[in-house]
Amino acid sequence: MSSNDGQTSRRDFLATTLALAPLAVAVAGQTAAQSSKGEQLPSNAPAPDHPSVPDYRPSYFTSVEWAFINAACARLIPADEHGPGAVELGVPQYIDRQMATPWADGAIWYMQGPFFAAAPEFGYQSQLTPKQQYRLGIKAIDTLCQERLHMPFAALTAAQQDDVLKQIEKGSLTSPDLSLSAFFSAFLLKNVIEGYFGDPMYGGNKDMAAWKMIGYPGVRADYLEWVGEAKPYPYGPVSIYGKRG
Amino acid sequence: MATTSKPVDVVIVGFGWTGAIMAIELAQAGLSVLALERGEDATTVPNWAYPKVVDEISQSARNGLLQNLSKTTVTIRHHKNDRALPYRQIGSFKPGTGVGGAGIHWSGVHSRVMPQELRLRSHVTERYGARFIPEGMTLQDWGVTYEELEPHFDRFEQVCGTSGKAANIQGRKLDGGNPFEAPRSHEFPLPPLTDPPTSVLFAKATRELGYHPYPLPAANASRPYTNPYGCQLGPCNFCGFCSDYGCINYSKASPQTTILPVLYRMPNFALRTQAHVLKVNTDSTGKVATGVTYIDAQGHEVEQPAALVVLAAFHLHNVRLMLSSGIGQPYDPDTGQGTVGRNFCYQLLNSVNLFFNQNVYINQFMGAGGVGQAIEDFYADNFDHGKLGFIGGGVIWGRQTGNGPVRGIPLPPGSPTWGSGWKTAVKQNFLHAGRIESQLSNMAYRGCYLDLDPTYRDAYGTPLLRMTLNWQDNDLRMSEFFGEKLSQIGNAMGAISMSGRVLKRGDNWDTRAYQSTHINGGTAMGADPKTSVLNKYLQSWDVSNLFVLGANTFAHGIGYNPTGLVGALTYWAAANIRTNYLQNPGPLVRR
Repeated sequence: MSSNDGQTSRRDFLATTLALAPLAVAVAGQTAAQSSKGEQLPSNAPAPDHPSVPDYRPSYFTSVEWAFINAACARLIPADEHGPGAVELGVPQYIDRQMATPWADGAIWYMQGPFFAAAPEFGYQSQLTPKQQYRLGIKAIDTLCQERLHMPFAALTAAQQDDVLKQIEKGSLTSPDLSLSAFFSAFLLKNVIEGYFGDPMYGGNKDMAAWKMIGYPGVRADYLEWVGEAKPYPYGPVSIYGKRG
Repeated sequence: MATTSKPVDVVIVGFGWTGAIMAIELAQAGLSVLALERGEDATTVPNWAYPKVVDEISQSARNGLLQNLSKTTVTIRHHKNDRALPYRQIGSFKPGTGVGGAGIHWSGVHSRVMPQELRLRSHVTERYGARFIPEGMTLQDWGVTYEELEPHFDRFEQVCGTSGKAANIQGRKLDGGNPFEAPRSHEFPLPPLTDPPTSVLFAKATRELGYHPYPLPAANASRPYTNPYGCQLGPCNFCGFCSDYGCINYSKASPQTTILPVLYRMPNFALRTQAHVLKVNTDSTGKVATGVTYIDAQGHEVEQPAALVVLAAFHLHNVRLMLSSGIGQPYDPDTGQGTVGRNFCYQLLNSVNLFFNQNVYINQFMGAGGVGQAIEDFYADNFDHGKLGFIGGGVIWGRQTGNGPVRGIPLPPGSPTWGSGWKTAVKQNFLHAGRIESQLSNMAYRGCYLDLDPTYRDAYGTPLLRMTLNWQDNDLRMSEFFGEKLSQIGNAMGAISMSGRVLKRGDNWDTRAYQSTHINGGTAMGADPKTSVLNKYLQSWDVSNLFVLGANTFAHGIGYNPTGLVGALTYWAAANIRTNYLQNPGPLVRR
């Protein structure tokens, strides 16, 4: 990202903030003055605005893994008459970018051993980080698909892919390397839904299309005049960087 | 070797609600007060400024305001013969971190306590007979009365600018509030918040069923407000980012919005952040605290001498500090002897999602943490337990706390979890779904307790706190009773389908899905030093210059949200330190 892009998005953010949140005006004014002197980003700025881009090249996933991620996204949230699919909204980019965050290395979890298998109600008891879950999980699924259908997951028909995902979800397709059902629901599906509905600055939910589909106004965050009325809310969504959908 | 810091009159460990209250009350009494906080400093701006904070990915999906479990966590098991395993990811409960603590990401439901709950053993014995208390339930009185605490409940509500409607002012009955309410000295500081659609439907349905709905007290300001310290709150705009989030509008009461701006101007107050306290130090007699030892931001050990030590961290850390400092006798579940770790309790939360026709707009993205209508027809002992055969009860409410799609879109039973079918379901239901819940008491049991884990350690090399807790028959039978009520109310509200979780006999505590951060007990207050760690003034029975605050002082888990009681108990302890302890330091109650 060039520094020009940064300036544009900051101005954009400040302009929209003034329009949307009167309480933030004084502070936004101060930070604008600071940043015009060429200092660092204001500390009340959100994470950088990195919406999805065409021709994205993954940083973490290999080309084989990237094919899997794209194919899985297309089945988990397909494009259909209800609205756009996960691939169209940039969800694979979201997941790849998340692999560069501290979360992906297990940095916000207690990861000291010893590790023991336990009843599900005791929660996550694996030493695998999210990055390792994806690396091993994708490999295990592709291996199962090769053994049974002689092709990697990404090359299967949509119906075959759906069948594989269903069997993984209910635990009838398993791997000796990791719990595939846990990989599916606690990582793959969870992250796909996050990316689909998260703010566009994280790389998914392009043009807030997922928010429009369900009628979510995004971060408008001001409903005093509407909360007492059980009626349709009249305005479209706004994103953290102040774009309007 | 530890360096020694300049002595202070009072050292406060932890700087959330209880630390902030105690700090300002003792600083105003003229003492030099130092607060040690393991996390970072934080203020409304820049930390929770719009739009940075209204971000579901960073705040909800990645636990932006919560304790980083890689530094320290707890271990959990259901029974004392099991192996405890670490709570590796945030799930069932959400400890906070940093200045403000859980007072930042709480929702704001601001209840008191029912007078009978503070003397529950006596009350149950009087009404139902001692044999009504099941074997293994370590029910006990708290040693303090509602009448003693009332001025302090009132004070904390004035500080928070709590929105609500009184029904009982000094015995005078008023319409529009909770008819089961205990006497209060004043009306709420602010009128109730506007009812969102879920609460409107809940109030109508429960009234028609013969129950008594009332506006839940909320520490979310319904009007502009200036509190007794001079701090100002702005009206809540129902932004929908409340629980999990810092408030963008200065509307949700927190230490930052109600106390800190004034406290920070006092020259006899100091705050040290990134100071992780390891232990309370005592002299050679073990009866006098000499201060605390902490690890500073650089990782160096520092000894902080103080004349008075106050533990004001979150529940877990207060209990662990008592255990790791060797103050009081650790509880032994086999003999029933010892007190530290005893009466560890939680809360049972039943949550039912309601799905309505397409012409019913709930708009779940609007809301505030504390807003809602509730009934207390089945709270505590407001109803006859004789034929029901269980002890306890809870609040049933129709709140609308604000929800967005990353936090999870509830779906009707049988909905697909992905694919086109899932898309159809989220599209159809997002604007037309609401939620009702029952939040229930959790009694104390001989087999539910806290101690130090023998295996797992934190990032500082000290043992993790170990929780031994599971749901018990009494509480699960109560939960089933509430499940029927929830279903009855959901139907009366016009739901076409319902999904959710109601705890039933045979269910174990599942640590994965969020249910409640209202863990309590472990350093219970009481009248008898054989069954309590603290006297009625929250003063250690063993070390009289040590006071311990927080929900860890509860003798059992109440059905209400605990913050109102935690705040009132803190003002109560502070008042007694100021008026009694400082004049004559020593035990405020003779053993």
